Amino acid sequence: MAKVPVQFTLNGAEKAEFVDSGTTLLHALRDKIGDTSPKGGCHQGTCGACSVIIDGELRLSCLTLAETCNGAEIRTTSGLAEAGVLHPLQRAFLDAFATQCGFCTPGMIMAAKVLLDHTPNPSREEVVEALSSNICRCTGYEPIIQAVLRAARANSQNAA
Amino acid sequence: MTLALQTFSTVKDANAALQAAGTRYLGGGTLVVRAANEGDISVSSLVRVTETSLQAIAVSGGEARLGASVTMAAIARHPELAALAPAARAVGGPAIRNMATVGGNLFAPAPYGDFTVALLALDAIIVTEDSEVPIQTFLAGRDASRAIVTGITFVLPRAESFRFLKVSRVKPKGVSVLSIATHLQRAADGTVTSARIALGCMADRPMRARATEKALLGCKLTAEEIAPALAAAGEGTSPITDPVASAWYRNEVLPVHLGRLLLA
Amino acid sequence: MELRKNYFADVRKDGLNEIGQPRPRLDSPGHVTGKTAYFADRNFPDMLHLKMVRSPHHHARIRSIDTSAAEKHPGVVKILTAKDVPHNVYTILILIQIGPEDETVLADGKVRWKGEAVVAVLAETERAAQEAAAKVKVDYEVLPAVFDMEEALKPGAPLVNEYHGQNHYLYDSGECRKVRFGDVEAGFAGADHILEQSYQSSPIEHAPTETTGCVVAPEGNDRFTCYTNTQAMFFTLDNTSIILQMPGSKLHFVGGTVGGGFGGKVDVIVEPIAILGAKLTGRPVCFIYSREEEMQISSPRAAEKVVIKDGVMKDGRIVARKVTGYTDAGAYSRHSPYGAQKGAAHYPGPYTIPNVWIDTYCVYTNRTPSSAMRGFGVTIGDFALEVQMDKLARLIGMDPLEFRFVNAYRDGDMKAHRQPTEGAALIECMQEASRAANWPVAEEFMAMSSYTKGA
Repeated sequence: MAKVPVQFTLNGAEKAEFVDSGTTLLHALRDKIGDTSPKGGCHQGTCGACSVIIDGELRLSCLTLAETCNGAEIRTTSGLAEAGVLHPLQRAFLDAFATQCGFCTPGMIMAAKVLLDHTPNPSREEVVEALSSNICRCTGYEPIIQAVLRAARANSQNAA
Repeated sequence: MTLALQTFSTVKDANAALQAAGTRYLGGGTLVVRAANEGDISVSSLVRVTETSLQAIAVSGGEARLGASVTMAAIARHPELAALAPAARAVGGPAIRNMATVGGNLFAPAPYGDFTVALLALDAIIVTEDSEVPIQTFLAGRDASRAIVTGITFVLPRAESFRFLKVSRVKPKGVSVLSIATHLQRAADGTVTSARIALGCMADRPMRARATEKALLGCKLTAEEIAPALAAAGEGTSPITDPVASAWYRNEVLPVHLGRLLLA
Repeated sequence: MELRKNYFADVRKDGLNEIGQPRPRLDSPGHVTGKTAYFADRNFPDMLHLKMVRSPHHHARIRSIDTSAAEKHPGVVKILTAKDVPHNVYTILILIQIGPEDETVLADGKVRWKGEAVVAVLAETERAAQEAAAKVKVDYEVLPAVFDMEEALKPGAPLVNEYHGQNHYLYDSGECRKVRFGDVEAGFAGADHILEQSYQSSPIEHAPTETTGCVVAPEGNDRFTCYTNTQAMFFTLDNTSIILQMPGSKLHFVGGTVGGGFGGKVDVIVEPIAILGAKLTGRPVCFIYSREEEMQISSPRAAEKVVIKDGVMKDGRIVARKVTGYTDAGAYSRHSPYGAQKGAAHYPGPYTIPNVWIDTYCVYTNRTPSSAMRGFGVTIGDFALEVQMDKLARLIGMDPLEFRFVNAYRDGDMKAHRQPTEGAALIECMQEASRAANWPVAEEFMAMSSYTKGA
């Protein structure tokens, strides 16, 4: 089986691995590198549980081949907290009771992070649109939407 | 057999590799990687091209040329492609739009391929290394196509002449019940002088609503005058049946949504 | 949130520390940091992937199974068929004496629904397992299938499940669960109006974001650790012990973290075969449903049909109710006999009715086996009952909420199962709903109490 080298930064740290050609980024991250924060919910691009940020853009790691990510900057939810301090989005998801089973949460947070990176004060409609690649089967979305709006408010208060 | 990816710097070399059995072209991955993930063992080799021209958008003299690897997100945010932004935004959510390409959308089976419905109403030209084919011809033969699509060209519509609608059951985003694109030219008094109407999900791939187009000529866009055109909307359709909607349902609601789009 | 303290003020305790206070969820820090460990987050070197060869037919006899080509496929380590499973015929609720054993872990001689597991392939990679699965040749003789419950109950219908011998579950009470209270025919005879309606539902899939699965690791001491997302840990352990004829002490189940279940992960499906695979190969095994399997193979909520006949008086009192309920178990029992039984207990609704007759059938068809889902046996019944209540109110020209006040059960009322009502709160709930929804009802209803029996 042909192994191919992949090399990228994951949450700021250099990573290099050999994977089977055709391996998805999701499998490379989870099974090779050991970052299990992206989840495999459907492997068909529908649920968003595997969402990661590649070079600043939201991507589905289940449909991205690892070897196409050479040189990329990849971010996942496991790398959001700094020195044990939760990112404002993580704090907001906690405080707004926006998690239940938790399986969609890392993907939701990635989608929300890309939104807030580009649109620090989003409207409710913009939040809904930003989360529209991500399926939650437990909470009914409203607490998640509220969490993202809450994080945006917290950010703007900190900036002020 | 395992799945293997081959990367080429030129379309020419990739085209050669694509002739091997079990080989598929990798665009944004939303179709072929999905197929492989779901256990489609007919795919054993994927081919991709790194040529940057495939990602270029060029607009000049009222004409647009999209490289085949241009993503839905790139189209949606391009200021000169504003008329097509609603169709690009109708595809998936943000993550899918960052990956899904205009070239790949041409091959998406119903209920996917909403953007291609827009391209069909624009009568786009599909460009490969050694051919330029009208989109309708291309779509008819796409299952046998072995040449990498390199680009798509079309005349940019004036904003008021082009309309697009995707009907889903889930808000804000869901799989299509159907999608409709209309491109109408009208005289000063509002009379339709030319019409191109494309439908998604009303067959296994996007199709033109020829009978409706013909019936619209000479009409003003009023409920009374478009009624015969709406009545003809189901002519020649053979909609898909999937978990979102049955063929019967799609045929029933097509005239309703088409009417709303024309009268909007 | 506003706590209304005027209801049940005599038994209310104030100064509670927890009730009414928001408390952080204990599992949330793990969820937001991505650190929560789901079963699929366990990864072991040399882990094998299990893929199932499934029946393409709704009902068929298996003439032969040929695994020879699949066994030679590169990467294949082991192929399992029915003969490899020590106790292949099982049923989940046998643990609480609800038999007979009626389901095969791997099909033996016959398949009874489209998607039934026939052959398990264990290979080095998912891809190799998929490719080998495609090389397994199963020769089927297709049999007539039945998909409709009432068709299945007719004489001459194809027999779905030989372990039952007929297309319905046989309760100790006979062909159905029965409730008999008062004289329902006399009630109908004395009623001002009779309304008979039928209601039905389709199967509903839970669609959890995390698909059903498990990861099994053989341990050095001849034990097996099974990381699973089951919602029924000890049911699964005990059933696995029966199926594999292996003492429970050899099985260590690790779970409790489930990426969405909603009742869809209470069946014992993936663990026994994965543990068997680990035992026979000596290697870790993962068996994870694809999204398609989750949607098509995992048990849905049962399809149900509910026929309700009510006798009602002009003043609003329901004097007789006869209900026939049908629960579509699909091809195997799983939890459906229990679901149908719950329906029998539930159909009188939260109403006091003097004459009640209920029959609920658990029916076998060649559809995907159904099982538990949030209030199974009850939810569809509630839909039917409350639509029926609205129709009855309309029939006699009464406000639908007032109609429910007239019939609401209160403490001391005798229920159809001959249990006196205790701790009722329906009256008070409806009073508050009337206020909150701005749907006023007559003062006499706002003055009612669950404590005092109606006139």
